[in-house]
Amino acid sequence: MHNFTPISALFGGALIGLASAWLLAANGRVAGVSGILHDALAAPASAWRGAFIAGLILAGVAWQLLAGPVPVREGFPLGWAAAAGLAVGFGTRWSGGCTSGHGVCGLGRVSARSLVAVLVFMAAGMLAAYVTRHLLGVAS
Amino acid sequence: MKALLSSLAAGFLFGLGLWISGMANPKKVLGFLDVTGDWDASLMLVMAGAVAVAFLAFRFIPRRGKPIFAMKFEIPTRKDIDLPLVAGAAIFGLGWGTAGYCPGPALTALATLSTDAIVFVVAMIAGGLLQRMLVAGK
Repeated sequence: MHNFTPISALFGGALIGLASAWLLAANGRVAGVSGILHDALAAPASAWRGAFIAGLILAGVAWQLLAGPVPVREGFPLGWAAAAGLAVGFGTRWSGGCTSGHGVCGLGRVSARSLVAVLVFMAAGMLAAYVTRHLLGVAS
Repeated sequence: MKALLSSLAAGFLFGLGLWISGMANPKKVLGFLDVTGDWDASLMLVMAGAVAVAFLAFRFIPRRGKPIFAMKFEIPTRKDIDLPLVAGAAIFGLGWGTAGYCPGPALTALATLSTDAIVFVVAMIAGGLLQRMLVAGK
């Protein structure tokens, strides 16, 4: 397990939690990124959602200015990226959340509904990672 | 305006957390999900750190009665465990484990102009619209 980075993982995770706490305290909203994305395009008067997404992307810009260029994955098959994106968009909207909405905030709210979702998407994620990398040989 | 800046700041802080923790890197996420490979448990600690803070937040913040820049708290109330929840989570997980992106990391990774992140995000938006047409009938 030579890639294990416990300190930055805990610290970064706490920051994600703080960001969620801030959105709740200031805007009264749950920081569920999939819901924010899907509803940004659907709901009227949801400029706050667009602002949150802009903040997410700006963080990527700021990080590269501060920490220097980041390694960008090369050679991941774009057909697989498209299929995976379709599944993530469809699935998160159907189940009403993703790693942040059901994961961070749902578990934080001690919601049994979210716990079920987390267990299911973790198991499905592990299955897909095994099948695509080891059985189908998809390079990542 | 204050509410918008506040939301922008929350997204920014959320994104920084993703970069610091390494979760903006799909290879690191797959290093966790691929338990048969060179396993990297970092994602579990990211979740632990985030959930611990969120737990305190959801316990104490709603007691304030009203958010700073909004009229009321909008917190999910549903408790039922139904087919859409489980089937949707399964489909989401399959996509997550294939590409190593969930919605937050994919969006912040757009800043690297990574081709697979751009393709993933476009498809993710299309997947959400498809769900609405096929299942919700809208």
